[in-house]
Amino acid sequence: MQAGLRFEQLTNEEKHQHFMERINRGEKIEADDWMPDDYRTSLIRLISMHGISEIMGALPEKEWVPKAPSLHRKLAIMAKVQDEMGHGQLLLRVAEDLMAPLGKTREDIMQDLFSGKLKFHNVFHMEAPTWGDAGMIAWLVDGAAIISQSMMLDSSYGPYARALKRICAEEVFHAQHGESIILALAEGTPEQRELLQDSLNRWWTSLIMFFGPKSAKETGNSNADKNIMYKIRTKTNEELRQEFFTKYIPRIWALGLTIPDETIHFDDDTQMWIYQDVDWSEFKQIVSGNGPRSQDRLDLRRRSYDNNGWVREALAAQKAI
Amino acid sequence: MNNKTTNDPEKSALIELIYQLGDDDFILAYRGSEWLGLAPHIEEDVAFSSISQDMMGHATMYYHLLEALGEGEADELAHLRNPEAFRNAILLEKVNGSGTYLDKPDYDWAFAVVRNYFYAVHKQVRLESLRLSSYGPLADAARKIITEQYYHLMHWELWFKQLVTSTEEAKKRMFSAVETVWKDFGGVLTLGPSYSEMVKAGFIEDENLMKKRWLNRIEKMFQETGVPLQGEPLIESGNGRKREHTQDLADALATLSEVYATNPASGW
Ligand SMILES: [Fe+2]
Ligand SMILES: [Fe+2]
Repeated sequence: MQAGLRFEQLTNEEKHQHFMERINRGEKIEADDWMPDDYRTSLIRLISMHGISEIMGALPEKEWVPKAPSLHRKLAIMAKVQDEMGHGQLLLRVAEDLMAPLGKTREDIMQDLFSGKLKFHNVFHMEAPTWGDAGMIAWLVDGAAIISQSMMLDSSYGPYARALKRICAEEVFHAQHGESIILALAEGTPEQRELLQDSLNRWWTSLIMFFGPKSAKETGNSNADKNIMYKIRTKTNEELRQEFFTKYIPRIWALGLTIPDETIHFDDDTQMWIYQDVDWSEFKQIVSGNGPRSQDRLDLRRRSYDNNGWVREALAAQKAI
Repeated sequence: MNNKTTNDPEKSALIELIYQLGDDDFILAYRGSEWLGLAPHIEEDVAFSSISQDMMGHATMYYHLLEALGEGEADELAHLRNPEAFRNAILLEKVNGSGTYLDKPDYDWAFAVVRNYFYAVHKQVRLESLRLSSYGPLADAARKIITEQYYHLMHWELWFKQLVTSTEEAKKRMFSAVETVWKDFGGVLTLGPSYSEMVKAGFIEDENLMKKRWLNRIEKMFQETGVPLQGEPLIESGNGRKREHTQDLADALATLSEVYATNPASGW
């Protein structure tokens, strides 16, 4: 109690210093702990974007749930999209706790999504026109997500780190499910192989974009740098992208697939993958809601939100009783 | 598709029954999966998709029983049969509302809750009977399924109760959905033309007995929550047990088999 009282009497600067000392000692920050405003806003931005991406990310795969080409695949993809929704729910709850002191709720998250203020991952704005895409999403998009999420398993914010632990464990199954679809297609008929190659061609640019621009130069902001300072994350976008290349390029080649980038190779001198960079202004356009399927998918959610208005009212009235 | 017919009336009644069980779960699991991302809130999206997944798993178990009885591979049964070969009740194949799951879905949550709640009660009654089926593999399957089914029933019962006792609008929508579902629920409760063979062989109990149990449970709920009693459930849109179906089923099956049908022989 005494210590608590004394902490309240500290100046903001001293509190901030105390906070940074905790972070640098590797201590975990909890929801009710004092935290700098920009730490809180960084977390809200990151976690609500992550949560809503899980939810919007279920939509392209949902397109393939009924069409999955066997009972086994139907069950596996149903399990996967359910997991993704579950991840979204788990993360939104973490975000809600952080937003509560600001007087904000789930309702604000949904409204921000509809208005375009809250963005979701570039990959989920894209089309998924074939069954090959259902495989590609689970294999490489989930594969990319595992790499970026694993980096935050030791995040300084305890509730996020714990949610990620559960999420990453499930993501491993998703990537296996994706790999299994990909292998079946790769070992299948010439048409199936073509389906697969087409899908890789379609997704490659989006996968490069998934990790974000190399540096603040391209984005004009430095969220990533701030997140590293606060030990929310530990690696840069480019480090993650390189990790992704190292893990997946050999596997893609082993399947006999061609990466739609003639320049891509591993440079022995720099120990880095050299690749064709993408047009980051296009990335900005996509995540701003101007991707090929951005508005269609948002419309699905807006429409269901409107159609279910009476249900929300009915539940609210029940609670009031 | 090699649907072998058998001269043994007992065996064909058994096969008929398992088609009904499998097709009911298969098509309603599909209707459920169309709701993903469109449910009233995220928590419900998680719960509903889990239920649909369970139900698809139940359908798969039944199709494997049919496979063992020589009806062909489970995947073929799910993906290659014509609509006229399906035995599901027509109520369960009906669309969730206007639009499709990909385009402008104006789905009706009241219809979803009532259809699923009524079906969950019936499924419970039916499984309690099947647990004692004279056909061992069916009894085993029923015992496995019933543990999951219990949670589905609790889930839909809670939704039903909450919505029929809430705002005036919710009541109005729910009562209207009850009337709609009632007009075809008789089609779920019937065991079709070979029902006396099924009962005689001890595969399942008398359909009238099960209907009475279902009605008792539903009417008790109606009385508790102030929903008007509806009399006898009807079979207005046709009898799916007699392989009568609507365009809704044909459309659903076209979607369900879209990829598989491009090359059934290939591994996927
Ligand atoms: Fe996920
Ligand atoms: Fe995933």
